[in-house]
Parts: sequence; structure tokens; C-alpha cells
Amino acid sequence: MAVDSGHSVAGAVDAERVHGPGRRTGKNPGRLRRALSTHWYAWAMVAPVVAVIGVIVGYPLLRGVYLSTTDANEANVERTIGVNHIPATYESVGLDNYKAILEDGVFWDRLTWTVVWTVSCVALSFVLGLALANMLNRKLKGRSFYRMALILPWAVPAFVSVFTWRLLFNEKSGVLNKILAGGGIDAIPWLNDPTWAKLSVIAVNVWLGVPFMLVAMLGGLQSIPGELYEAAEMDGANAWQRFRHITLPGLRTVSSTVVLISAIWTFNMFPVIFLLTRGGPGDATEILVTYAYRLSFVVSPRDFAGSAAWGVLILLLLSLFAVVYRRALRKQGEVW
Amino acid sequence: MTAVKTTSITPEAPRKRGRVRPRGERGPLASVALHVTLLIASAVAVLPPLWLLVTSFKPKSEAFSTAIVKDFTFGNYDHVLNETEFLSWVGNSLFVVGLTTVIGVFISATTGYAVSRFKFPGMRPLMWLLLITQMFPVAVLIVPLYNLLASMELLNQPMGLVLTYLTIAVPFSAWMMKGYFDTIPVEIDEAGRVDGLNPFGTFWRLIMPLAKPGLAVTGFYSFITGWAEVAYASAFMTGEENLTLAGGLQTFVNQYTSDWGSLTAAAVIVAVPAAVIFGFVQRHLVSGLTAGATKS
Repeated sequence: MAVDSGHSVAGAVDAERVHGPGRRTGKNPGRLRRALSTHWYAWAMVAPVVAVIGVIVGYPLLRGVYLSTTDANEANVERTIGVNHIPATYESVGLDNYKAILEDGVFWDRLTWTVVWTVSCVALSFVLGLALANMLNRKLKGRSFYRMALILPWAVPAFVSVFTWRLLFNEKSGVLNKILAGGGIDAIPWLNDPTWAKLSVIAVNVWLGVPFMLVAMLGGLQSIPGELYEAAEMDGANAWQRFRHITLPGLRTVSSTVVLISAIWTFNMFPVIFLLTRGGPGDATEILVTYAYRLSFVVSPRDFAGSAAWGVLILLLLSLFAVVYRRALRKQGEVW
Repeated sequence: MTAVKTTSITPEAPRKRGRVRPRGERGPLASVALHVTLLIASAVAVLPPLWLLVTSFKPKSEAFSTAIVKDFTFGNYDHVLNETEFLSWVGNSLFVVGLTTVIGVFISATTGYAVSRFKFPGMRPLMWLLLITQMFPVAVLIVPLYNLLASMELLNQPMGLVLTYLTIAVPFSAWMMKGYFDTIPVEIDEAGRVDGLNPFGTFWRLIMPLAKPGLAVTGFYSFITGWAEVAYASAFMTGEENLTLAGGLQTFVNQYTSDWGSLTAAAVIVAVPAAVIFGFVQRHLVSGLTAGATKS
């Protein structure tokens, strides 16, 4: 799709440029100038975004990396109390923060739970989304009703849904426990017991994530030509074989994308954990992101340096994940 | 998936019964199984929001009663609208998220176009930059941004939050717009060029008008992303009248109070318009999200 801006479509523009004042010098123009003259409009078009990303993402990022090598906390950063301006007094400590984090069990505990959380959320919502999409992708009475109903969790803003689930999960008087009590089952401490809390947050996140998977998968299914299924039936393939050898390969492109996207979303899923359990009970449901947040905004004194170091580690993990994933896809013949 | 298996159309079975079932038709048992499964799934999807709606009409003291609606009342809505800061939260949210969306979509449209149409040095790094920025965890940026905003005295200011949300909106919108521009035939550009438009003219006068649906969807999606953002809003905004919705709703139910009646009423007011608009654009959403990431 992309056109090399040095050729073809850009040819007309090139011609003008070649005779422009820049070339009159008669000498070999530098490669830079030549590149500038052929690509200047492409660069001009991306300039605003590059500038914005540079200023409000790049600068804070560099500063975050720098902070992570200091011992900055609430007590020694630059601040103003009343009329007194107190300059920053934190100093560089090299890689001590990273060393401390990696040697401490907390990081590995949180990492393990984050991986469990990401894998189970993505896997469950993928399987459920795929199954439901398969059911919806056929002649069916009330199809659009089912579709609307199943998409609803995505349409409601996530923080609203999370509050709703807190209402349902309430241990003493939530609806879920009332229903269980009706069946003679003891109240379940949905959010107050470490194991149940983990299951609950995963359940809520799957509930939130299925609609996205469902819609994406439906789109993918509809792009698979029906003739393939006809041909397979003629050859005597049963339903499972058709699913395994036509549907799944046909969905590969779209599923690889949604899995990548939703893995990253889930890994960084702040609102569900923060609003549902605040990472509790204890720190049972604290994922890496919420823990880093807790370090800088909840604990006292606020540990800015530690939080920044956690942030950098999280970013490294995510980049690694994206690179590995892209490479795996390219091996299968994906273009990008 | 159960349904896939149950729709077995093996050649032998129908012949025994003397009637050949046409292709794609289900047996009655399979139909029932399909509908039951879908009904259960729909119920799971719909009941929590529905329960929220029901609870919002109950008197405060009855928030947890299991009765559907015993004493129907608009009291919660009345209280939320008239006696809390809810409306100023709505205003803050609208201002912050609206401004973010407009700025974000506006400056990222050109980038999406350039990345979609031209090959230029620095394109691949830029694509990676956009992809990686999108997955930036809150945790990396939150502390430096907090310090940055503090030094610019923008903490607790809507403008500070706008700046912050641009870090989310810009990479994402650029990526989505690229996906949308990819679907516009390149022949249109060529025609424009042949007729003497320069690349900016082509973009502005030919492609932008065609991309209006894409702009709308991108704008909407970055709107609802910002609308539901919690981490930055909770960290940067304090003081009841400065909060945005995500932060404000937290004040109804916390360690000290649990005013579920007000919370549910506020939540319904927030959710209904979002859900309705969502219904209109959701079809385009996924194609936008996935197209940007798969094509190049």
C-alpha cells in the first residue's frame, strides 16, 4: 500500500524540486539535502506527532529512567511548602534500586501473579469470544439481540462496571452471596480472601474483555469464504475438522492481533484491580502496574525512585514481549 | 464451540431418518443447545449493568435488598444531581477528554496519512515508537509526569490532565488513522497528484473528507478511553470539585462511606450515553483497531 515517496506518485514533485534553486549550485548535493527534498513533506506530516511524543512522552520517560537511578522520594524532591522553596536533595545511587528490586521477593511474586493474570484473562476471554462468535456466525433467530446483549459489557465504561461488580461481590449483602445463601451455601468472601479475590478480578476482567474478542472474531469469521466450508463438507470433513482446518487458520491474522493487543491491555490493566480490590487483600491481587502506583502514591513516604525503577522494568518486559511476539508472527509469514 | 460440534451433518444419519437435512440447517436439539448457551451468556453479560440500573432506583437504605424494586424512587438521582459535585465532575471530564480528543485526532491524522502512503527514512522506527508508546504502562510515566506537572503548577488543573491524556491519545489515534487511510484507495491520491495537487493538498482536500468516518471513530474511541481513565486522574486531581468522573465516583464508596445509592445513580448517568453512542460506532471500532496493526 505504501508508496515510496522518492518515486512514482512523488515523481511530479521531484521534477519540480530538481530544478529548484537548491540544485543550482551544480555540485553534488549532500545525501541529506537530497533526502530532505524528496521526503520533506512526509517528514513535515509526521513532525507534530513526533514533537508531541518527544515532549510529553520522551522527556518524562528519560526523566523516569533518571529518577530510577536516584534515591528520590517524597522527602527529598524539589517542592514548595508555603512560600519556602526547597530544592531537590536526592542523589544518584546507580543501579541500586534495580538490584534491590530484583533481589527482593516482592517483584518476583508480583511478576508471577501478573503473568498468571494476563495469561488466564487473555486465554479465557479469547476462548469464550471465539466460541460465542462461532455461535453467532450462523442463521439464528434473535441474532442481533444476542449480539447487542453480549457487547454490552464493552459499551459501559469500565470503571462503572467495576463498581457494579463490587456491589455484586459485597460479602455481607451482595447479590451473589444472597443467591448462594438461598441455595444453602455459605457466603463466599469474594474480595476479602486472597484466592477468591484473584478469581474475582480475573472473572471481572474476562467479563470486560470477551466483547472485544467476540466482535473481532465475528469480523474475522465473516471474512472466511463460505466455499471453503462447502468444499470441506464435500470431502467429508466433520464439524471439528472444518473448525480446526478452516476456521482457525482463517482467523490467524485477526486473532494474533487481538491477542497481542489484549495481552498488553491486560498486563497494564490498572482500573480493574485498583477499583475492585485496591490490590488487596494485603497485596494478593497487586499486579506490577498497580504496585508501582502504590509505591509512588499510596505508601508513605512516597518512593518515587523505586516506582520509576518498577516502571522501567515493566516497560522492558513489555517491549521484550512485543519483539518476541512479532518475530514469532513473522516466522509464520506475517508481513510487517 | 459446543454448537459447532452438535451441528454435525454427517451424511449417514439423515439418510437413516429418510430426510436429508439441507446444508447449514440444524437439528432441533442443536438449536435448543445453541439458544440456551447464548441466553446464558447474554444473561451473564447483561445482568450486572441491569442490576446497577435497578439498584439506582432503590432508596438508599435498600441498596442491597434483593427485591427488584420495592419503593421506586428517583431520590438517588435527585441527590446526585443537586447535592453533590457530580455535575462539575461531568464538566471536568467533558472538558479534559474533549480537548484531548480534538487535539489528539487533529495532530495524528497527518501522521497516519504519511505512514499509510509514503515510505520515508524513519518510518519503521516511527511505527515502532507508536506501537511501543501505546503499551507504555502508566507506571513508567506517572511519577515524572507528576513532577513535571508540579513544576509547571498544572497539578489539579484540567490542562495538566489534558497534557497527560495526550500521551495516551496521540499514539493510539495515529495508529488507528493509519489503518483507516489504508482502506482508502491510493488511486484517489494519484488522481489528485495528476491534477496538480501537492501532497498536502491531496491530504487536506481529497483524503480528509473521505476519512470523516475514520476520524469520527478514532475520536470517539480516544474519547471513551479518556472517559474511563482512572490512574492519572486519581493521582493528579485532588479536591472534590476538581475531580473527573472516574475519581469522583470513588468518593461515594471508600473506606469511610459507602453511599451505593448515589454511586449507582451517577454510574447510570455516566454509562447510558456512552453505551448508546458506543452502539453506533462499535462495528467500525474493531476493524480500525485490528487493521492498523495488521496491514502495512
